[in-house]
Amino acid sequence: MLDGILTGLSTAFSVTNILMVIGGCLIGTFIGMLPGLGPMSIIAIMIPVAISIGDPSTALILLAGVYYGAVFGGSTSSILINAPGVASTVATSFDGYPMTRAGKAGKALTVAAIASFCGGTIGAILLMIFAPALASVALLFHSAEYFALMVVGLSAIAAFAGSGQVGKALLMTLLGLIMATVGEGALFNAPRFTMGISDLQSGFGFITLAMAMFALPEALYLILDPNRSKTEGASGEIKDLRITKNEAKRIAPVIGRQSIQGFLIGVLPGAGATIASFLGYAVERNIASKEEQAEFGKGSVKGLAAPEAANNAACTGSFVPLLTLGIPGSGTTAILLGALIALNVSPGPRLMVDQPEIFWAVIISMYLGNVILLILNLPLIPYIAKILTVPRTFLIPFILFFTLMGAYIGQNNSTELLILVGFGICATILRFADYPLAPLLIGFILGSMLEDNFTRSMDLYGGLDFILQRPMTMGLLVIAASLVVLPSYRARRARLRQQGVADGD
Amino acid sequence: MKSSTLTRRVMMVAAAAAFSFATPVLAGGHQVLDSIHFLVPGGAGGGWDGTARGTGEALTASGLIGSASYENMSGGGGGKAIGYMIENANSQHDTLMVNSTPIVIRSLTGVFPYNFSDLTLVAGTIGDYATIVVGKDSPINSMDDLLATYRENPGSTAIGGGSVPGGMDHLVAAMIMKAAGEDPNEVKYIAYDAGGKAMAALLSGEIVALSTGFSEAIDLANAGEVKIIGVTADERISTYDSAQTMKEQGIDMTFVNWRGFFAVPGLPEDKLAMYQDAITKMYDTPEWEEVRARNGWVNIHNSGDDFRVFLEEQEQIIGDLMRELGFL
Repeated sequence: MLDGILTGLSTAFSVTNILMVIGGCLIGTFIGMLPGLGPMSIIAIMIPVAISIGDPSTALILLAGVYYGAVFGGSTSSILINAPGVASTVATSFDGYPMTRAGKAGKALTVAAIASFCGGTIGAILLMIFAPALASVALLFHSAEYFALMVVGLSAIAAFAGSGQVGKALLMTLLGLIMATVGEGALFNAPRFTMGISDLQSGFGFITLAMAMFALPEALYLILDPNRSKTEGASGEIKDLRITKNEAKRIAPVIGRQSIQGFLIGVLPGAGATIASFLGYAVERNIASKEEQAEFGKGSVKGLAAPEAANNAACTGSFVPLLTLGIPGSGTTAILLGALIALNVSPGPRLMVDQPEIFWAVIISMYLGNVILLILNLPLIPYIAKILTVPRTFLIPFILFFTLMGAYIGQNNSTELLILVGFGICATILRFADYPLAPLLIGFILGSMLEDNFTRSMDLYGGLDFILQRPMTMGLLVIAASLVVLPSYRARRARLRQQGVADGD
Repeated sequence: MKSSTLTRRVMMVAAAAAFSFATPVLAGGHQVLDSIHFLVPGGAGGGWDGTARGTGEALTASGLIGSASYENMSGGGGGKAIGYMIENANSQHDTLMVNSTPIVIRSLTGVFPYNFSDLTLVAGTIGDYATIVVGKDSPINSMDDLLATYRENPGSTAIGGGSVPGGMDHLVAAMIMKAAGEDPNEVKYIAYDAGGKAMAALLSGEIVALSTGFSEAIDLANAGEVKIIGVTADERISTYDSAQTMKEQGIDMTFVNWRGFFAVPGLPEDKLAMYQDAITKMYDTPEWEEVRARNGWVNIHNSGDDFRVFLEEQEQIIGDLMRELGFL
């Protein structure tokens, strides 16, 4: 192993390769900031460039740099304009955007940068030490466990069910689950709920829905309420960019836990960064103290650090099945696999033996990529946050433009724009009625994975027996139940105690 | 097969398609056509997209056509583009639409209001055979072993695939079991939404065998992860000739997942002849060989009437099977 690491080091630290990491990170960060262009599209765009390089190590280092950069940049639009461009940054906007609204955009970006950096770096260390061992662990997960894992992910909605909103949050989750059934599912050969409209055949697009739920209502709100942008437009000052010592102390354990948890979830082919970020958010909210829990969703640094650390660690984790088994666990790693094969590298258990320089160069480039991202981005944060000081007459069209472009760019289908505007208006009305929109999006994202894995397990076991026959499934379901029940139980007990005091008066 | 799903095979094509932009366009002395406009019924980066761009690249680079342009028209799982071809039959003589086996399946299920015979059939150009694979540690080493396991306990011998029930991977598995004398309705088929996930399920032991594309299976077989126990080709394939065909093992069936090109209905004869001429000549060019090898495609050329006979036969076999399985 030491030999391999040294070979990897000497490969990764050549001048060309360092330039490649820097270039890749820059390109990834900037394109990744545009909603609608996630890591997957950016890597697809960069593949021709990478292939023309020829040397597999260098090409992979470039692509890996682009990947980390894009994941990193993706959180920027979530935090600044509430427009999560990829599913894994949805949870980032839960607390990132409220921080921006409170005039703490600079701090939010700094927290995100540091959490990402730690998540990525810890992930890389875990990858280096445990990759071969984890490959076999990933294979312990069957459809039944994935189903249970999605249920745990859904329990993240409990985080939005505070203060008498349980019913509303559940209703929105159900709506999201229902919307996920539209179109041709992966397991049904007939279109469902498309009403004969051919554009609905492949279902609603994630980006369209994310823009409609988060970014568009925000822009409409800004138009309807002139005061809303004024207050923080001016205070979008970058003065409190720094994290206080107290805040650092609070987020450090969060980042540590979520880097490990996120990495482990990322290792599972078919779970990935999105689940990791939701679970990270849910778990951290549940184990936080009561005062801190009340902050979640209103601009908590913990609520921002958790999904950011988790999704970056999960991205690194997704390299485990790719490099050790040759199985792409996500859309992005599927594209990377295509690039690897075009470069005559066959990923699999023999990669570490046959071409150790490639395996180790990629891992070393992960450290390098994370360090470079941090160095590049921290000084840039004040300038990025300045976007918010743009006068609202320019800012609103800017948000609208990126929102519409994000929905159109993926499929070149103008119907997406009509769906976006239609749902955007519905979402704005729902917001006025004080319905939380995040549960809808979580339901939508997890819905199809939940259904597919449930159906597969039912098929395999001829019924619901799998819950009893597979202890890990049972265990995960118990965890999910306790994530939902515990907070309301605690709240109930607190309420009772208060009443008791009142009675005693 | 959902065209937006990023399966392994789709992405291999995508990778290849993406870097085809960089190839310079050389003018040649033996040009057959001025230009072709390729209509891709799915988004950029899918299998159809890769086929259209790869073919366009070979045709222009070898000088057989002057220039190629591409248009992605996703929607309706490919149905929108077919409708567009039919509705604009008079103005789209320069357009070729790429399509593949799902057009047959989807026309049968009525997902598309149209059928392939509503279009002008130009040529089938490439294809991939189907295959059954098992994990490297599986006690199963041949189709006989798999059938023996299946006969012992059909309920727990799950076969997986990367397409919906009633989709290609399922139909291939059912076809094989039927040819082996079993009731295709009894086959326990488990659907996954992408090839990679189905492969993970095979390695984790959730499914016993996997029905998948041959080109996709080769890489994992070379890496020692899976064993290919049967290929749906007529003869063994040179790129991996240790894999036995179904026929060799007494299972009389073949299957090709083809890709090919269609033009608008009512296309003038001379124009059709020019398209077919350009495609026929393309096979002998080094430019095509480069594109083909890079993507791992198999040349399966069916021009004009041969294409029609091939498609009608495939429609017949698939239609009968789907009726038997209760999908029609």
